[in-house]
Amino acid sequence: MKPVAFDYARPRSIAEALETLDAQPGAKILAGGQTLGPMLNLRLVQPDMLIDITRIPELTAVQETGDGVAIGACVTHASIEDGAVTGTANGYLDRVASGIAYRAVRTRGTIGGSLSHADPAADWLAALLALAAELEIAGGSGMRRAALDDFVKGAMETALGTAELVVAIRIAKRGPKARYGYHKICRKTGEFAEAIGAVATDHEAGYFRLVAAGGSHAPVVFTDPRELFKEADPTDARGFDVDMAANALADAGMAADDYDLSLRAIVMQRAIQEAAGQ
Amino acid sequence: MKKQGVGARLVRKEDDRYMRGRGEFVGDIRRSGMKDAAFVRSPVAHARVVSINIPDDIRESVVTVADMAAVKPITAVTSLPGFKPSSQSVLAEGKVRHVGEMIALCIAPTRAEAEDLVAQVEVQFEELSPVHDMLQARENGSPLVHEEWGDNIFLETLVDYDMAEAEREAAVKVTREFSTARQCMSPIEGRGAIAEWDHRLEQLTVHSSTQMPHIVRSGLSECLGLDHGQIRVVAPDVGGGFGYKGILLPEEVCLAWAAMHFGHPVRWLEDRRENLTASANCREHHYVITAYADKEGKLLGLDAEATVDSGAYSSYPFAACLEAAQVASILPGVYDFPHYRCHTFSASTNKPPILPYRGVARTGVCFAMELMIDAVARELDLEPTDVRLKNLVRPEQMPFDNITQKHFDSGDYPEALRRAIDAIDLNAQRKRQKKGEPDGRLIGVGFAMYCEQAAHGTSVYAGWGIPMVPGHEQANARLTPDGGLELRIGAHSHGQGLETTLSQVGYEVLGIPHDKIKVVHGDTAYTPYSTGTWGSRCMVMSGGAVAEACDQLADRARSIAAKMLQCKREDVTLKDGRAHGPSGELTIEQIARVWYRRPQDLPDDVDPAGLEVTAGYKPERDTGTFSYAAHATVAAVDTSTGEVELLDYVIVEDGGVLVNPMIVDGQIYGGAAQGIGTALYEEMIFDSEAQPLASTLSDYLLPGPTEVPAFRVFHMETPSPYTRFGVKGIGEGGAIAPPAAITNAINDALRGVGAELTMSPVTPRRIVEAVAAARKGAAA
Repeated sequence: MKPVAFDYARPRSIAEALETLDAQPGAKILAGGQTLGPMLNLRLVQPDMLIDITRIPELTAVQETGDGVAIGACVTHASIEDGAVTGTANGYLDRVASGIAYRAVRTRGTIGGSLSHADPAADWLAALLALAAELEIAGGSGMRRAALDDFVKGAMETALGTAELVVAIRIAKRGPKARYGYHKICRKTGEFAEAIGAVATDHEAGYFRLVAAGGSHAPVVFTDPRELFKEADPTDARGFDVDMAANALADAGMAADDYDLSLRAIVMQRAIQEAAGQ
Repeated sequence: MKKQGVGARLVRKEDDRYMRGRGEFVGDIRRSGMKDAAFVRSPVAHARVVSINIPDDIRESVVTVADMAAVKPITAVTSLPGFKPSSQSVLAEGKVRHVGEMIALCIAPTRAEAEDLVAQVEVQFEELSPVHDMLQARENGSPLVHEEWGDNIFLETLVDYDMAEAEREAAVKVTREFSTARQCMSPIEGRGAIAEWDHRLEQLTVHSSTQMPHIVRSGLSECLGLDHGQIRVVAPDVGGGFGYKGILLPEEVCLAWAAMHFGHPVRWLEDRRENLTASANCREHHYVITAYADKEGKLLGLDAEATVDSGAYSSYPFAACLEAAQVASILPGVYDFPHYRCHTFSASTNKPPILPYRGVARTGVCFAMELMIDAVARELDLEPTDVRLKNLVRPEQMPFDNITQKHFDSGDYPEALRRAIDAIDLNAQRKRQKKGEPDGRLIGVGFAMYCEQAAHGTSVYAGWGIPMVPGHEQANARLTPDGGLELRIGAHSHGQGLETTLSQVGYEVLGIPHDKIKVVHGDTAYTPYSTGTWGSRCMVMSGGAVAEACDQLADRARSIAAKMLQCKREDVTLKDGRAHGPSGELTIEQIARVWYRRPQDLPDDVDPAGLEVTAGYKPERDTGTFSYAAHATVAAVDTSTGEVELLDYVIVEDGGVLVNPMIVDGQIYGGAAQGIGTALYEEMIFDSEAQPLASTLSDYLLPGPTEVPAFRVFHMETPSPYTRFGVKGIGEGGAIAPPAAITNAINDALRGVGAELTMSPVTPRRIVEAVAAARKGAAA
């Protein structure tokens, strides 16, 4: 369980990182290494080079913009847990971060690294899909933006080009009545989630997104979850129809068995309960 | 002076170095010229090895079985009638019989480079149908793991104590099928060894993370054809054993051969993937049991068929049938009933060879027996604790020979249960159950009991006839010139705290302060022969031997003191580290100084034996001590998700006289945490190709600190009548009862739903599926 021999580069700028990536088709980006490290040791990946992007200043910055916040791709889970991101989502991000694996993992693991890996059992994917986050991506032809919904193509599959780099995650500000909920079930503390439910609502603004993730199935996003409520009031979790939600997940193409579907429906309900303060 | 002898709650001496990172494990050892080893391991479970292709440029660094022609295979036979021996070549010869079996050894300056070599070795296989399931293995026409046997049964046993009589008399008859999953023992430190050849001494030295250095030495001697005197085995600090390191490893044999062949030290450190994929080797049992009882719940008999998945080979020294053969004798547990039949099968499969894990067969046996008791109680609508109280061996029967002739030495089993009932407050829990939980979860209470034979000796093991039969355990005690005490034992301490508890014994006998006592263990060059650390034996056996050696040392010191005090030996008493005579007193330090440094002060007729003694010890009866416990837990079950929370966990334990109650508490906590792993988390699934499906600890779940509740431990101390100080072996007990207690609690919670779980681990999915099946059954 030791990696193959590889070279190591630590670029100081995004441009230098992209150049190195372009010159080394067999290279892998190292953003925190909390997934890549074990994969290297298991020789599931055998890169010629690791490009360590954690020392690029722009990537570790958090910037409040007029309409939201931009979180550098190499901001660690731990710094988000410790309150590095303010001005959005009422502490939702801090709380999601605090539940990722163990503190030791959070100290090195990064938000951009997690999204680039797109493991449906990891926390940021589900949490940020509920927020309709956008990614800033750098590539040879400059910067582009992509909605996280479009970026994620499936379980462990993204629209990131081989010569591209996630630079930042943009999250829009919501109104004062916006509410957030996040619930996951893990077999044990710190393990990847069996099921994740994430929800964000701003009913005044007509915003309501509900996400089911966890395990090995690609996440499902409901952009109009009202249909999953028995009663019309979507602020009341008691009206959420777990059976209907499980069926809706299956209809959305989640190829999971009854147990996995119902677990996801239940965590969605618990996330809604949390958002509603119930 | 602060109490330091038997019964003192001393902080462990060894913790100082462990807590400061000053322990030395195999992985910390460096040798000049040392190279690392990695193994080519079989990716398939059952195949003929057609060819091994090694590129020419690395040929010199790769070893196959053809290179090691003089090395004998590992064989671990037993004398039990009908046992079929297996022959385990240390590198595969002809056939591979489980995933992870070693095919070639690759040597390089670093482990990473050794793994590069592994990747270049190409092995061609002719794949054979594997046997992945022990019940399938028993069927006619199943693929054969060892063709020459004609079937897949290492050993079949049958005992029948007039079972037909119980069938005639019983009012009720309850049948259940139980199973426990295959597990992978998971000490923090994996296995590992460094082998080196000393040209000056013409001696092989193997540092190995082992529980039994002397047995490893005997095994290496047999396989390599070396004299014992040419081999030294050292177990340095060892990061957990649990049975995983109670074995002669094929890796150790390969490394030893390589060190001699290449002329430089060779090291191998097992990694977690090897641990999980090549060595998931314990706990897998299957039972079909019918209990016969009268209407009041008094058991009349038990009729059982038990199968243990023993894997591909018989490991040295415990052999492949240790668990199944024990099942027959220990299934009746703490209960007294008149009729019994047990048919056991040690089945061979294409899985790693079985090793006994903390608790050995008892964890599976306790699971089957204690779930059976609850099933009988449900059938008769009785409180499960009442059924237990009706059937437990009573204190006035002690010492008690049970139906399988196990000799229970002492104890009050019903009292342990009553204390557990009080501590868990059964009445309050029943009221709470009736009321229901505000969050909709279901509450259940579960109990489990066991007794644990420990430190059993010659008479027991001679009957099994395995390669290792414990005799008199020996210890060496030596006074140093400055009045300190050195104790040498052949067993090994790796979490048991023997460096502390044996010092306490030394203090108890000689009055030498425990910080002036040094315990040396785990090195065949320095210590007397011992079968090592297993079977919860060390406090009884090494403790008894140390006490005996210290007794004899006290006599020697009295003799010398008598010369110095010019009185008769009989007039000298030794107390609190001082020799008291009619005309004065001497400290042990003064006696030692004169013996070693000023012999001119002693007359010529002084006893020349000196101040060093090796003494042997056996308890008055060597059939073992029987510690026991009652575990009780309250579980909350969410039937929609299958989540289980343990709200309370009580352990009432009787380990005889406790030498250090704090260390015993630690042993119980650690064992019970492992028991929770068995109950709720740990399971190595093998698919139909006998491929292990977990290769990292994110797939093979171990309980962590947040999954383990704050156990409430209560001690009873019934002395063993047969051992020094009345101690009993107690190290394994914590791991035995939790799967049974927790599953009984879950089943108690689900009673209203009509669901009953009979397989460990009880996973959330299994709970939800059992509830769904029960509801479907109720609706139909």
